[in-house]
Amino acid sequence: MIFPETRFALPDFQPACAEIFVLFMICLILMTSLFIKEKARGTLHFLAQAALIGAAALTCTASGAGTVKRAFSGMFVADMMADLLKLAIYLTISLTFFYSRAYVAGKLPRARGEYYALTLIATLGMMVVVSAGNFVTLYVGLELLSLPIYALVALERDSSRAAEAAMKYFVLGALASAFMLYGISMIYGATGTLDISAVAEGFSRNRGDRATAVFGLVFLVSGIAFKLGLAPFHMWVPDVYHGAPLSVALLISSAPKIAVFAFAVRVLINGLFPLSQDWRAMLLALVVLSMALGNLAAIAQTNFRRMLAYSSISHMGFMLLGLVSGVIDGNAKNMINAVSASMFYLLTYVLSSAGAFGVLVLLPDPDGDSGEISGLAGLGKRSPVLAATMMTLMFSMAGIPFFAGFFAKFSVLVAVVAAGSFWLAALAVFFSLVGAYYYLRIVKVMYFDPLPDGARNIETPFSMKVLVAANGLAVALLGIFPNALMFLCVKSLSFSVFA
Amino acid sequence: MLTLSHYLILGAILFMTGVAGIFINRKNLIIVLMSIELVLLAVSTNFIAFSHYLQTMAGQIFVFFILTVAAAESAIGLAILIVLFRSRKSIHVDDLDCLKG
Repeated sequence: MIFPETRFALPDFQPACAEIFVLFMICLILMTSLFIKEKARGTLHFLAQAALIGAAALTCTASGAGTVKRAFSGMFVADMMADLLKLAIYLTISLTFFYSRAYVAGKLPRARGEYYALTLIATLGMMVVVSAGNFVTLYVGLELLSLPIYALVALERDSSRAAEAAMKYFVLGALASAFMLYGISMIYGATGTLDISAVAEGFSRNRGDRATAVFGLVFLVSGIAFKLGLAPFHMWVPDVYHGAPLSVALLISSAPKIAVFAFAVRVLINGLFPLSQDWRAMLLALVVLSMALGNLAAIAQTNFRRMLAYSSISHMGFMLLGLVSGVIDGNAKNMINAVSASMFYLLTYVLSSAGAFGVLVLLPDPDGDSGEISGLAGLGKRSPVLAATMMTLMFSMAGIPFFAGFFAKFSVLVAVVAAGSFWLAALAVFFSLVGAYYYLRIVKVMYFDPLPDGARNIETPFSMKVLVAANGLAVALLGIFPNALMFLCVKSLSFSVFA
Repeated sequence: MLTLSHYLILGAILFMTGVAGIFINRKNLIIVLMSIELVLLAVSTNFIAFSHYLQTMAGQIFVFFILTVAAAESAIGLAILIVLFRSRKSIHVDDLDCLKG
């Protein structure tokens, strides 16, 4: 056995200070929730937001702005991609907390401390995944992200729908982790290392084990596909979006996707680029299947939550188109443009999805929680601000010019065409057009369907109106001025993964 | 003489048994939880076999993490099972039919 380092040296904690701070705040929130009086429970919300703001400040100050910092013997990587994606995660989680504040206080009064603590643990897991430099860190981060979410889905203890969703999610999620681990074990066997950046070098040393590595890759890619909710590993998505408490569905539909994207970029591009031909083919099949199934199944839905679930399947497929078209004949010439298009797509999608669920969370009781599309009838009259925001988000998701979704789709398609796959671009455009139908149907229901009997105006606190409007406005403005975010995506990738 | 491939075949058989246990089993959710444990142990066997073969410690250390996480995972699985049992009075797989999936 080889023991490479026998001397003990204190590791450099500074690159991971945001993670350590969040961990500290989680403990603080758990302790506070034990001893705080029932009336003062609102403080938990402020503590959770403070954790996110503090983490954002620490991420910015610890950022090496363009340099790649490694800590804990390469287990932890802090580079610009990690910083950007972490900031996006804080923003989404913070939005989640704001939107679901009243919902959590009303629906889960006994579990408010747990709600905030578990969500922050999941956030910590996302941060670890985004910064993982080793398969061990990646696995631990992914489980740290998944386990609290299983518990969060079951948090509404009296709802048998939530318990069923949690059980299905748990079993399939555990199976996906096991698939991923099996894949990792094969790649470890083929290359002899668990360090992601050393995996690529492992291939150049012993080429004979390529078959083993491709065998492992199949399992690894199906694990990633499950966590992103790509067809045919999508069975959990509609059930969980429908069965989970709304605030948890809002969480699941947004921030974890960012973490899994970082996972895919680090493992597939940083680590397994020598196998790019193989994973390109696998992802291509998943992408086409997801776009087809997601868009076609969404048309048939009468429930808004299930519709958003199928739409997320199709969006994740579209997003991965960028990753797929980065590889042309096994070289990475198109890679930066293609992957930054994917990243832009992902960030705008997450913002729209958080907004759409945010509007749903703010609706009064039977309409929001059941999520039936008919419950949105006459929303344009009942609450103009919520309806206008929802319309913006639906237009953006449908890819109507000049909303953020349009520019995101456009930049991904440019990358696809640059890679020479015209039929793929045509297919993507076709399925986007199919998808436009069900997004526009929501707008029609909100503005042109008759008000149900006895419907009253919806009372929304002013602060929430401002927040929802800001979310909608951000999605609209990102379509008109996409350059700043696009620039950040390109820069962060060229300084980290492609450095 | 036992070689690397013997251990890998053992791992693969255990893995397949576990996966089959999750998908074929139509009776009891406890069996599903047991199958998940089996799958994780199959992966651990793989890691240890490779670790011994390659003479590096990393694989064996990974197994400690897998074992720890598997314990946390089954704790959460059992907790969800109890929540489910309290609302349904049943842990049969066939009774999970409220959501269409």
